Amino acid sequence: MITTTGLTKVYRSRGREVTALDGVDLHVREGEVYGVIGQSGAGKSSLIRCVNLLERPTAGTVTVAGRDLTALAGRGPRAGRELRQARSRIGMVFQHFNLLSSRTVQDNVELPLEILGVSGRERSRKALDLLDLVGLTDKAKSYPAQLSGGQKQRVGIARALAGDPKVLLSDEATSALDPETTRSILQLLRDLNRQLGLTVLLITHEMDVVKSICDSAALMERGRIVESGTVGELLATPGSELAAALFPVGGEATGEDRTVVDVTFHGESSTQPVISQLSRTYNIDISILGAAIDTVGGLQIGRMRIELPGRYEDNVVPIGFLREQGLQIDVLLAEGAE
Amino acid sequence: MTWSEMQPLLSQACGDTLYMVGWSTLIAVAGGLPLGLLLVLTDKGGLLQNVVANKVTGQIVNIARSMPFIILMVALMGFTRTITGTTIGREAAIVPLAIGAVPFFARLVETAVREVDGGLVEAVQSMGGNTWTVVRKVLVPESLPSLISSTTTTVVALIGYSAMAGTVGAGGLGDIAIRYGYQRFETDLMWITVAILAVVISLIQFAGDWAARSLHRRGGRSGPAPKLRLLKTKEPTAADVSKVA
Repeated sequence: MITTTGLTKVYRSRGREVTALDGVDLHVREGEVYGVIGQSGAGKSSLIRCVNLLERPTAGTVTVAGRDLTALAGRGPRAGRELRQARSRIGMVFQHFNLLSSRTVQDNVELPLEILGVSGRERSRKALDLLDLVGLTDKAKSYPAQLSGGQKQRVGIARALAGDPKVLLSDEATSALDPETTRSILQLLRDLNRQLGLTVLLITHEMDVVKSICDSAALMERGRIVESGTVGELLATPGSELAAALFPVGGEATGEDRTVVDVTFHGESSTQPVISQLSRTYNIDISILGAAIDTVGGLQIGRMRIELPGRYEDNVVPIGFLREQGLQIDVLLAEGAE
Repeated sequence: MTWSEMQPLLSQACGDTLYMVGWSTLIAVAGGLPLGLLLVLTDKGGLLQNVVANKVTGQIVNIARSMPFIILMVALMGFTRTITGTTIGREAAIVPLAIGAVPFFARLVETAVREVDGGLVEAVQSMGGNTWTVVRKVLVPESLPSLISSTTTTVVALIGYSAMAGTVGAGGLGDIAIRYGYQRFETDLMWITVAILAVVISLIQFAGDWAARSLHRRGGRSGPAPKLRLLKTKEPTAADVSKVA
């Protein structure tokens, strides 16, 4: 649904060049919620703004719903009619909501329809339908200043949906909200994704956002995508930073001559009593340093950090046993050990 | 001088002042609004970014603003004659008044429009809006309270300039104060003129502030970190006045 190839964005100011995007290849499938996560300055904001060409990429292409937007953009700095038309079919929600303070909630939602040239009666019918969809029917005549942050973002979402978009871009939509409101907004996005078959591309710096609604995720660092895939794929990737961040388990080795191992269970293996089997079979004492079980992207996932007595060389056989059980094993080397 | 002698003089003068100020304000707004918008839009990072146009417009505005009004009036005489057919009288005074006020108002518009959150512009662009849509749906409505305050400031400044219009026989309150109050030692008449000006300016300021505030009250910024916006109209500073006067 959204594909970028070799997307590059270089900012030039006062002779200095800053590469915000460095050849980003992104592929978002139709109907999925795709999260791009990274620290501030990683380039995720540039990425999402390049998708609807609010930001002109220096190189590379962007294709949304089969249309090559970079080809529509033309050479000049201003957006031509075709690009504007394509944009009106891509909804966008913003971190700071960006509602017009001089307009009522309903008029804000009608704004994209005015731009599309929809007639007055049709506009107000549609706006009220959308406000109903986001649960704000009673606020139609209020001004944005009278709403809470969560309500403003609901208006922002209703407005983004006014042009019947196939794709919704969410630029840190929940970053200015408290945890409770964040959950309700994410739930709304998830519902819209399911009900309307909306493809959602969101960027965030909060791992919880990815954890709670994303089907797929990508990790950005210094303008590049360093890891990407469906949540299941990521968890199955040994040494995946994203998987570790999505599913953090804590705990340090309690002393020298210990081997620390992260065990990830998913699917069937999460129901097997492997740890006690391991203990009985090899007659070793196992300490559990940390453990968590959760649902990520609709998958039941468990992760456990265990400590085995003895160095890694002494534990090759038990670790092999764990691998045989179909578990994903990451051995954490002690600091200084190589 | 008795009141019955002063009264027709004063009402004539009031009428002349309001006539000159009214028309020149209208022209200043009609000309200054697009000019101010142009200054913002053509600036670096603006929607119609054009460095050359921006520099040229900015320079013209600066030159026009640095011109003392009394000189502007004399310098524009030829132009005034082609437009109004005369260089004397209140119609003739409107031309230099308006031309002096257009760049003044344009700078105020520029400041007001720059305060509009760039995110709103981006939002409208993401909906497929073009530059004209951005101007019409975002820049003007969102800066309306500030624009109203700017208009108030301009009106007050124009009342000040219009006093000098007396030198081209345009009449008005300032003219009365000089010809009767100063040159004929009619101190009473002068103080009455001063009082009338004070009342008129206070009323205009009050009405402008009220309009700006009532628009602002329902609005406010939608973002979580409200930027403080100067609500009170700025009186033109001594520097502003001396530039034009």
